[in-house]
Amino acid sequence: MESIGVMLTCPMNPYLEQELDKRFKLFRFWDYPSSKEFFKEHSNSIRAVVGNSTMGADAEMIEALPKMEIVSSCSVGLDKIDLARCKEKKIRVTNTPDVLTEDVADLTIGLILAILRRICESDRYVRSGSWKGGDFKLTTKFTGKSVGIIGLGRIGLAVAKRAEAFDCPISYYSRTEKPGTNYKYYPSVIELASNCQILVVACALSPETFHIVNREVMDALGPKGVVINIGRGSHVDETELVSALVEGRLGGAGIDVFENEPNVPEELFALDNVVLLPHVGSGTFETRKAMADLVLGNLEAHFLNKPLLTPVV
Amino acid sequence: MAEDHLPQVLVLRPPKCFTAYETQFSEKFHFLKAWESPLPTTDFLATHAASVEAILCNSFTPITADILHHLPSLKLIVTTSVGHDHINLPECRRRGISIADAGHVFSEDCADLAVGLLIDVLRKISAADRFVRAGLWPISGDYPLGSKLGGKRVGIVGLGSIGLGVAKRLEAFGCIISYNSRKEKANLPYRFYSNACELGANSDALVICCALNDETHHMINKEVMKALGKEGVIVNVGRGAIIDEKELVQCLVEGEIGGAGLDVFENEPDLPEELFTLDNVVLSPHLAVATPESLSGLFHLMMGNLEAYFSNKPLLSPLLDE
Repeated sequence: MESIGVMLTCPMNPYLEQELDKRFKLFRFWDYPSSKEFFKEHSNSIRAVVGNSTMGADAEMIEALPKMEIVSSCSVGLDKIDLARCKEKKIRVTNTPDVLTEDVADLTIGLILAILRRICESDRYVRSGSWKGGDFKLTTKFTGKSVGIIGLGRIGLAVAKRAEAFDCPISYYSRTEKPGTNYKYYPSVIELASNCQILVVACALSPETFHIVNREVMDALGPKGVVINIGRGSHVDETELVSALVEGRLGGAGIDVFENEPNVPEELFALDNVVLLPHVGSGTFETRKAMADLVLGNLEAHFLNKPLLTPVV
Repeated sequence: MAEDHLPQVLVLRPPKCFTAYETQFSEKFHFLKAWESPLPTTDFLATHAASVEAILCNSFTPITADILHHLPSLKLIVTTSVGHDHINLPECRRRGISIADAGHVFSEDCADLAVGLLIDVLRKISAADRFVRAGLWPISGDYPLGSKLGGKRVGIVGLGSIGLGVAKRLEAFGCIISYNSRKEKANLPYRFYSNACELGANSDALVICCALNDETHHMINKEVMKALGKEGVIVNVGRGAIIDEKELVQCLVEGEIGGAGLDVFENEPDLPEELFTLDNVVLSPHLAVATPESLSGLFHLMMGNLEAYFSNKPLLSPLLDE
């Protein structure tokens, strides 16, 4: 398989890059001064693209790579891939579900605790020497607080399971009600936000879920409410989020994803009631290796004409 | 009721709970407020507290043999803490003085914070938040990877109500729980180790939830930390002195252990300054129980204990002799 051309869209995983280099003819897209040049020179050599949440395979790329047979995304989110076009051109698409579910759910609870119990803020307080000047303020109890989840897929369910261990009542919004859970279903995000204190975004990004957490939703959540976004930046209207936080209409936010990563609105840096993370939802050694292995497994399966491990299209 | 008909309760220094709920407390009790007097404590006690039967204190007010000596009528100590290391227990035992503490009022908040600190250290939440706030994400690119919680062996030191709360929560994250305690507890699905070193050797993280007493003082020492190993993480929501702090700092600085989440320290609010330079520690100013819910629960419990004593009923949260 060493002659098969595989293109990696951006640096994402040193182990994955290494293995791709070993097993295939690897093209590093970012090594080229322009995509035009790259496509001109290599478009007929690329049979597979490995992308992630930063860069996948959009219409332009798909059209520029006529020999592409498979897009293997090192992510569970597919919003950076033109799925319709792939379907149309019979290009296979795989992602990395399940292996990152736990890490993302763990981080969600970590963010909730960091916001409610002001862990990051009080760490700053101690490091600055302020503790000598007096006790830190009271924080907010997590156990028993109501958690509302947008999207009850694998990640949403894993978040619910963890929050239940803290005796949190769970409610959710989803396109359709899911049978087999004891969680309260709300048919709209506004109703969900009006009836919970901690709102977790755990759904896929699509045209329907773009800005699903908007000003209305944030106002419904209210000055004691907290938004936790571990989905995609565009789930939340970021401009509205900033003003809601600055004006105190929203109590706090734990955000791992942003509309224009790696750029984060600077107004957020001045706020104490936010925790800002650089898209680390799946960011552990264990999980990134598992994701890489899944990407490699899918590619090998494809080129050996075996069934794909985690096909989407 | 006129103030002088109300039962007297002595307060040397006001616990947060007293300050927050003074009006409500004062409806039922007359408080002797030693801290408001210009007299030195022992003089105040000699002058005003000879017939006092009850004292309300927090964990920062040591109830020493000397204090006890100046309270000949004392029958009850109500402390707003779960810890008792600030009270001269042998002297109380000798005098037949009962002690009521915070019972389980804090257990949930404390367990929550222990879990929050563990996730923070393993997933580098506070450190990554600092990274983003410093504007480094566009410059430095991807943040270094953290470590997965699932499958981690977590050793809980002290399996009281706080330790059990930590265990229950961490099980939902796929952690494998084991513990060390004075005695093995029946009917639990967790593996018991009879000493902290063995627990450390078989754990990826230690969560300290036990009381501070003579046996547990500096129980987490260099040996235990070496047994835990270079990737190991320690979370402490008990008392600072359960860990040999000097050794901890040295181990952290030299990379002998992987990280720490600390809510308590040997000499609060003074901390070894080396800790401030480390990215793999999370520092919390002893606020495991600092929520309005805990404070309210505490008020009701303290009030309940005082009312019970003065109406000859059983205390709600007595410290039982073991």
